[in-house]
Amino acid sequence: MREGQPFFRVDWVIENADVLARRIGEQLVITGIAISVGFVLSFAVALLVRRYPRLYGPVLGATGLFYSVPTIALFVLLIPITGLSLLTAEIALVGYAMVILIRNIVTALRSVPPEVLEAADGMGYTPSQRLWRVEVPIAVPIIVAGLRIATVTIMGLVTIATLIGMGGLGYLIVNIGIKQRFPTATLMGVALVVVLSVIIDALLLFGQRRLTPWSEARSA
Amino acid sequence: MIEFLREVLAWYTDPAQWTGRNTLPEMIWGQILLAATSLAVAVAIALPIGLYIGHTGRGAGVAVAMSNIGRAIPSLGWLGIVYPITTGLLQRTGHGFLPGLIALVALGIPPIVTNAYAGLRGVEPDLQEAGRGVGMSELQLLTRVEVPVALPVVLSGIRSSAVAIMATAPLMSIVGADTLGTYILAGLALSDEVEVFAAALLVVFLALMTELAFALLERRLTSPGLARPDAGATLPQRVFGDSPARDAAA
Repeated sequence: MREGQPFFRVDWVIENADVLARRIGEQLVITGIAISVGFVLSFAVALLVRRYPRLYGPVLGATGLFYSVPTIALFVLLIPITGLSLLTAEIALVGYAMVILIRNIVTALRSVPPEVLEAADGMGYTPSQRLWRVEVPIAVPIIVAGLRIATVTIMGLVTIATLIGMGGLGYLIVNIGIKQRFPTATLMGVALVVVLSVIIDALLLFGQRRLTPWSEARSA
Repeated sequence: MIEFLREVLAWYTDPAQWTGRNTLPEMIWGQILLAATSLAVAVAIALPIGLYIGHTGRGAGVAVAMSNIGRAIPSLGWLGIVYPITTGLLQRTGHGFLPGLIALVALGIPPIVTNAYAGLRGVEPDLQEAGRGVGMSELQLLTRVEVPVALPVVLSGIRSSAVAIMATAPLMSIVGADTLGTYILAGLALSDEVEVFAAALLVVFLALMTELAFALLERRLTSPGLARPDAGATLPQRVFGDSPARDAAA
């Protein structure tokens, strides 16, 4: 902290509202890409596992190994190939998202009661009709639970991406807060990460309730 | 690509990494020391809390809330909050060990608390009853029955914590702690891809070694009765469950 300066300066926050807004935007874009790409890929892998259950062991092994690679190492190990780019950050983040989401979607699809599947077959659903009209809707609450965990985790990891020049809220925490010894920026960065996480979490929960009104009716 | 890897190899053997300031042994040792100290402090704080909550069942809501906050606040956030406070208290800057330690302890506490709690909650109530029945005190019950049975779950919490701490320790070089992150940050600042890559490989290696060491430790410390492939968590049920023989006796 610089001499004679208060720990938190409200005037800085007000003056730099545009800077904060830009960093929030970066944070949301990087997180959003990672979660959406990660979700699509994870869903595809989960469907493969559903078709060929024997793949699940190797898939879990590979993602587990991936997860134990430290984030900072993964970010920078890709630099010789993809450079200091958004792609570098996203490859790492999409990978982490997939570790959480694949396991979660597979569990969700497997949680559908066998009698429900039998009933669907008995009614003459084709396999793909059964998947999209019966299995996926029933799996939605568990899938959304996984998305919520993945989003909070990825939001935290995105703050590290500032080290490879990606900006985001990590820029406030590290490049301004720590390097220029200005705690106001750090506190704003941390607070915004937490607030954004809570808001996205609430939105996902709201979306899930809208998509599966019966899940609420049952628990009420 | 081959040329690049050859340069990485040359970096490890370059005398610059072995003599003078910021040598490889110093940085590797610094990172291990920082991570080990952080883990020790995290265990010392989190384990009693988790065991207390798990044994008494009180304060479970607090444990859940804590782990959620722990997940939402990024480790860099802890570092950033702690750094100005420690530099203010110590009246000096640039020494990153203490702020790094505090940030890593904050990162390491939640998985230990939640796993200790979940592990103890998972112990069959019949076992606790049997322990009380043979006249064990609450403390004896905890240390001789509950902890040994819950040990695999408790230890896996400590393992997650240890791996997360070792994986995150390099970031603490942002405030000057001696870790392999020192090379990564310097390399990034100078666009020295070779240095960044070489140091990152060592970071991966240390994290994997931590994972492996704790996996071995778990295997060594788990009671042989629990480690039998057919037993695991169902052991208490097999011993004290409603077996046909006991039903007949009753």
